[in-house]
Amino acid sequence: MLPIFIRWTPLMIRNSRSVPLLACVTLASCAGPQSALDPAGPSAASIHQLGIIMYIGASAVTLLVAVLMLVPFMRKNDSRANRKLFLWTGVLLPAVTLTALVPYVLAVGHETRTPASPNQLSIDVTGSLYWWSMSYRRTSELTEIATANELRLPVGEPVELSLRSNDVIHSFWAPNLAGKTDMIPGRVTRMVIQADRPGIYRGQCAEYCGLQHSLMAFDVIVLPRREFDAWLARLTQPVREPPAPELQQGRDLFVSIGCGECHTVRGVVESRRGPDLTQVGARRTIGAGTLPGGVGNIAAWIASAQHLKPGNAMRSYDQLEGPQLRALAYYLESLK
Amino acid sequence: MCVRFNLSNDPGMSKENLVMSRASLALIVFGCFTFIAGCRVPPTSSIPDRQVPEGDPIRGRAIVASGAHGCTGCHAIPGIRARSGVVGPPLGGMAQRSFIAGQLPNTPNVLVEFLQDPPALVPRTGMPDVRVSLEEARDIAAYLYTLDAPHDP
Ligand code: HEC
Ligand code: HEC
Ligand SMILES: [Cu+2]
Repeated sequence: MLPIFIRWTPLMIRNSRSVPLLACVTLASCAGPQSALDPAGPSAASIHQLGIIMYIGASAVTLLVAVLMLVPFMRKNDSRANRKLFLWTGVLLPAVTLTALVPYVLAVGHETRTPASPNQLSIDVTGSLYWWSMSYRRTSELTEIATANELRLPVGEPVELSLRSNDVIHSFWAPNLAGKTDMIPGRVTRMVIQADRPGIYRGQCAEYCGLQHSLMAFDVIVLPRREFDAWLARLTQPVREPPAPELQQGRDLFVSIGCGECHTVRGVVESRRGPDLTQVGARRTIGAGTLPGGVGNIAAWIASAQHLKPGNAMRSYDQLEGPQLRALAYYLESLK
Repeated sequence: MCVRFNLSNDPGMSKENLVMSRASLALIVFGCFTFIAGCRVPPTSSIPDRQVPEGDPIRGRAIVASGAHGCTGCHAIPGIRARSGVVGPPLGGMAQRSFIAGQLPNTPNVLVEFLQDPPALVPRTGMPDVRVSLEEARDIAAYLYTLDAPHDP
């Protein structure tokens, strides 16, 4: 597709009526939930600005070099002029631009390194093969509340992330919000992230970590402060006793079958070996971006996790009875 | 007409026209491909008994392909590019099959009802009620009845 696109683009540009169409296609591909070209926070915005300067600068330099290559052909043997040209464009121009660029480039992205302020929201993000744990705490409170594969943020506020890894090196990357930051086993890397536009963005592990690296994604959900607080308060609550007998059956099965060896459902079972499932019914994806959310996909995941995401740390529960699988899935779907 | 194959050897054609005609040729070829691609799903089932009058197979395919209800997570479905599921039976050849879930007659009404609430018809089934509405169930059924061959040709 790409070669065709490249080949036909100049032709379509000459056919002036298709220029708007072409522009739309090109611009439309820039916006999106996972695009560094559609910044939604100060850090991504400054990276984007640097990007634009680089694209324009590189184009100008390419053009300049192309033009300069013609000069020797046009003025043969004028060594004085050539020396002057060399001095101006070969020494002075790069010296001036690079001297100006270096301090600017060093300052880009400083937004992610601002010091923490008291009572700032602080989130521990831990990467594991192949999923994410997000654990909320405030500096004033000690309780930690975890969720998984989903980072909810209040809009317009700097939030401190402490990045860790449980196994190999991962990298936290939500391109609409900030650049990549590595998560290194045995170390805590810090970054401050801020989202200025409510919405849903997508993040992705950006350091190859194993077979399912590409299925190690997360959603970033940016909410107005009030909604965020309400959500956090709900997350803190232990899960209520399910009202329907079928859901109770699912809960009992969840406990008796041993899902609690790896998963937490707050107030029911507690373990950190796998993603926290306290709100798995509200998740937009299952298996860190493997499937969309919902009861059907939850059931599909339980029954065939190893088929859907080979090599992940949860086995396929493929020896359940039909009603058992359904009860588990309905129960998990009800956890919102 | 501007659609000619040996464009560059035509002395009567200006450069401008050449460029234009190449672009139009590309558009026409592209159009043909999209047209042919659009024909891949026949509009209704080829089997007279397996018609779902209120169902729209194109919409049904979109619902299934979106993955939102989990169909592809559990079933291999020919023609839909997704990780094909292994939890339930492959759905290729649904139009030809005699039974739904091995025990219900494969008629449009039964299929629409089954899709809306499988456990109500087959109490021990592993397929959950994935909350499809009546309209969605009709569209999906119409789509499933376009699956003639057990495998993609
Ligand atoms: C050996 C530990 C282990 C056991 C036991 C286990 N799981 Fe998991 N589970 C995991 C891990 C690890 C993941 C994350 C896998 C990934 O995305 O790479 C996971 C993911 C999930 C998810 C998707 C969560 C999300 O947010 O994407 C669901 C749902 C789930 N498990 C349900 C269950 C159920 C139900 C059981 C019991 C029948 C169970 N698990 C037993 C380790 C386990
Ligand atoms: C959790 C896994 C799961 C999900 C999600 C799921 N199914 Fe099923 N489906 C099954 C299983 C298991 C069977 C076999 C049922 C039986 O024989 O009782 C089945 C049976 C069927 C059948 C009957 C096939 C036959 O040959 O008997 C159809 C049709 C069907 N499913 C369509 C769908 C559609 C459409 C969706 C999405 C809206 C869907 N399924 C979602 C597991 C699932
Ligand atoms: Cu990775």
